[in-house]
Amino acid sequence: MPVPLHHTRWVRVTHWIGALSVLVLVVSGFVILMAHPRLYWGHVGNDLTPALVELPISPNYRHGGWTTPTPLADGPGAPVSASRTFGIFNKNGWGRSLHFLAAWALALTGAAYLLGGLRSGHFTRHLIPRRGELTAGHFGRELADHIRLRIRRATGGPQYGLLQKCAYAAIVFVVLPLTALTGLTMSPAVTAGFPILLTVFGGVQSARTIHFALWCVLVLFVLAHLLMVALSGFARQMRAMTIGD
Amino acid sequence: MSRPRPTRRELLLGGLSAAGGLLLTGCRYDLPPTYGNILRMGDALTYAAHRTLLPTRALAREYSRADVSSFPAIGTTDPGNAALPTFNPAYGETYAKLRHGGFADWRIEVAGRVARPGTYSLAALQQMPSRTQITRHMCEEGWTAIAEWTGVPLAHVLRAAGTLPSARYVTFETFDWWRDNIDMVDALHPQTILAYAMNGRPLPVPHGGPVRQRVETQIGYKSLKFLRRIYVHDEFDDLGKDGSIANGWSWYAGI
Repeated sequence: MPVPLHHTRWVRVTHWIGALSVLVLVVSGFVILMAHPRLYWGHVGNDLTPALVELPISPNYRHGGWTTPTPLADGPGAPVSASRTFGIFNKNGWGRSLHFLAAWALALTGAAYLLGGLRSGHFTRHLIPRRGELTAGHFGRELADHIRLRIRRATGGPQYGLLQKCAYAAIVFVVLPLTALTGLTMSPAVTAGFPILLTVFGGVQSARTIHFALWCVLVLFVLAHLLMVALSGFARQMRAMTIGD
Repeated sequence: MSRPRPTRRELLLGGLSAAGGLLLTGCRYDLPPTYGNILRMGDALTYAAHRTLLPTRALAREYSRADVSSFPAIGTTDPGNAALPTFNPAYGETYAKLRHGGFADWRIEVAGRVARPGTYSLAALQQMPSRTQITRHMCEEGWTAIAEWTGVPLAHVLRAAGTLPSARYVTFETFDWWRDNIDMVDALHPQTILAYAMNGRPLPVPHGGPVRQRVETQIGYKSLKFLRRIYVHDEFDDLGKDGSIANGWSWYAGI
């Protein structure tokens, strides 16, 4: 089967809209996390319950601005209430709306990309490792090469190496869809209609924590991707992904 | 006379409105205004998608008593306390007096597009059919808490007041001078209640006593505390400088 030499137009267009959406999602997502930099597991998590992780990323980190807790029920160990006296950092007015706007852009672009990839055979031809290609020996050799930063020169098209295929396929088919699903699990309207999301992810706070972890993976992927682009010939790669040369 | 060429913004807006109109064909929902703000256009898209794709009567998950958790009180925690920065002179002193009297003189007003406008005391609300639900509060900040709420379904109050068929929005006004509104889909949702009890006790003041709104299909900031007045209307009202839109927040907060 002849391998096309260049990135097709729809791959280039969806790549850049997707890239811009991801950048906006990372920035706005970080701003949202700054409002409440605590992560939990399960259905419940707030300043009066223990956190899984507390991130020192905003003035709200371990702020002590709470009145003395008062019990909300009788008996020992009863849940408590306390009033906040600290003026917190909160830019979620634009942070949340910007996040959802970029999420719409990425979801629609992603849907177009998936459709294009299925119709054109891009996925089976270029993204999913061919029969016999995915062996432990091959994978190990490629991994060793990458660790030593011995990177092949770019060819200007989708002739991907095995490690590259695995990374792209994992991001496209696993990580990005999971970020969307865990994001939707935080929506009270969506989970009223689809309560199975709460069951699958073990609660809204688990979903929020998984959502954050997935984005950490995505940011690491983008950094590795940029490094590989630079090492394999930055100008050549940019030409390939912009004008399709 | 030639028409002026539309600007790019007008073209974009027109296109989005047309897309919204297509999405909403045959539905009873109007998109909230966007004022040319791209963030508000995203919010409107989310609203249209939710109203088109999600079942409108689906219940938010209800939990068991064992799941009831600690619950922070944020924002206004006492509208009658003049020492707090959230104090609003418009109704703050009135609230302090009402609280002093154990809320015996508290009344909620139901007005606007209803056949029988009037006021209801706390006792009157408590004599209406009640609903108790153990639900999860999701704050836009990212935290959650579970509590048991008891109150009268807003749908019952609206029926008692005789909402006119043309009515499509319900605005809430509070003693800390917050105002916000929801559409009839959320107003008539079975879990949308005027709550007067929390975890089996009278609703504590920091959590919105004597009566607060619970809208379980939206983020916490749509569940207004310290209710004073309910206003039913036909057309969308952005509530001017008091509204969430002017303050940079999404009017619809189902996500």
